[in-house]
Amino acid sequence: MKAAHQGPLTFAKVQADTGLKTALNKTRAEVIAEISASGLKGRGGAGFPTGVKWNLAAAARADQKYVVCNADEGEPGTFKDRVILLEHADLVLAGMTIGGYAIGATKGILYLRGEYAYLRPHLEDALARRRQQGLLGPGITGTKGFQFDIEMRMGSGAYVCGEETALIESLEGHRGEPRNRPPFPVDTGFFRQPTIVNNVETLAWVTCILAKGAEWFKGFGTDKSAGLKLFSVSGDCARPGVYEFPLGITVTALLKEVGGEGAKAVQIGGASGHCVPASQFGRKIAFEDVSTGGSIIIFGPQRDMLAIAHNFLDFFVEESCGQCTPCRMGNVKLREGVELLEQGKCSMAYLRELCALGETMQLASKCGLGQSSPNAFLSIVSNFKDEIMGRTAAGSSVR
Amino acid sequence: MLHTEPERLTQEIRSLGERFGKDRAALIPTLQEIQRRYRGISPLAMQIVADMLDIHPVEVDSVVSFYSFLDAKPKGRYVIRLCRTISCDMQGKERVARQLENDLGITFGQTTADGNFTLEWANCLGMCDQGPALLINEKVYTRVTPEAVHGILEECRQAFGLHALQAEQEHAA
Repeated sequence: MKAAHQGPLTFAKVQADTGLKTALNKTRAEVIAEISASGLKGRGGAGFPTGVKWNLAAAARADQKYVVCNADEGEPGTFKDRVILLEHADLVLAGMTIGGYAIGATKGILYLRGEYAYLRPHLEDALARRRQQGLLGPGITGTKGFQFDIEMRMGSGAYVCGEETALIESLEGHRGEPRNRPPFPVDTGFFRQPTIVNNVETLAWVTCILAKGAEWFKGFGTDKSAGLKLFSVSGDCARPGVYEFPLGITVTALLKEVGGEGAKAVQIGGASGHCVPASQFGRKIAFEDVSTGGSIIIFGPQRDMLAIAHNFLDFFVEESCGQCTPCRMGNVKLREGVELLEQGKCSMAYLRELCALGETMQLASKCGLGQSSPNAFLSIVSNFKDEIMGRTAAGSSVR
Repeated sequence: MLHTEPERLTQEIRSLGERFGKDRAALIPTLQEIQRRYRGISPLAMQIVADMLDIHPVEVDSVVSFYSFLDAKPKGRYVIRLCRTISCDMQGKERVARQLENDLGITFGQTTADGNFTLEWANCLGMCDQGPALLINEKVYTRVTPEAVHGILEECRQAFGLHALQAEQEHAA
């Protein structure tokens, strides 16, 4: 609950109302053009261009459209959305309102993970205050008849509901099982109506971009990964917490900032991300190189990489929705493989088969959870073979 | 007038219908509220909800069984969820787990005989920079040490007047 960030965040310097007012003084098309020009891509991890998403939803014809804020932050090692909701909720709520204005929606839904239920009173207060100030509700101050309100809905402990179509299934009262895509939520979303689902941080940046301009945002980051990004840093480092860096920062530079020099590997993007070994610390954290929703977990020299793979596979075995076979069965088989490796009983031939299975899961799983679940296993196997092969006893390396 | 348990439950669930609506989208908020009040969702409650929303009770059961915060079997007054994901793991969650088991006399997945505590694992609680972390009902505890476990459990017992409850039961016996 206590705030834990290192260094100032841009969010602290931006007035939510400035962003909202600027947006409401523009036409809908101009708002979307501003977001598109900024190069903002989804901050939840998938990195889909926000402007494109909004444009598709704006172009869809429907009586009712929805704006959903995805606050189902469940990726292992991610906690920046919790900090944003706690300290900068107005930026997020204003971002949802801007989204509603841009695509022509009157209703927003904030889907908060059940594990963050303690944030709910704080957010309900923020919503009530905004209604009182005429920033939400029927007839938003200073507009000709634009109305927009936000309802909160709670998750119930399912990581997969962070996937946008599973989240929508959950909102509709079903099991959180991802849908086939296409159709995408921008045309067939909540109650089959056009719906934009955006991450907490994405919506907060939307408000900042409207307040400070697309050019300002583009001044940070790389050509393909514009702007600033929040990182949740944990693991073996001197100063864990939430950091703000421009995209394109190298792993080495990040480790220096957080006091994590000497790490043997860094998990970037959480359990569904990639494990980057020390030899590749020159790589950039950006959509075009190592992509992340912001989770950075640092592993010091003493860590057992196989135990890490095991922990991630426990996570996926538990959190797979069970709908498609590659994910449901694949993660169980990979975990059994890790157990064999721990016992020193895995042949190279079988390890190759497991890697082939992992590649099949990446290709054949229905949603992002299954497709990315073997990533950590595969990167640990390919980078740390000398550590994981031929073990003499469970949990101890022969090195 | 004397109300039987099923009648009372029906009335209570119908009043939830007034609050959350009676379409399918109301299902999860309704179940979350029943879970909060009864610490679980009984087969009878599932049947009443199904009747109210005009869906098959198996649909309700399938939703209850999917989400880890909804349970068919009632939980304890305090549900303790210890984060087992990697960052908390590296910060020593295993020792906190052992101490919780020792102090409660149960293992993970169990509820104490007096119905006061349920012990469970959780996946990433989003407290990775302040682990090991655990959640008790809706309250989060960070940087938990094995030594701190006893105090946290006592805090729960006192907050709910469980000591008084226990004394009362002993007195009645």
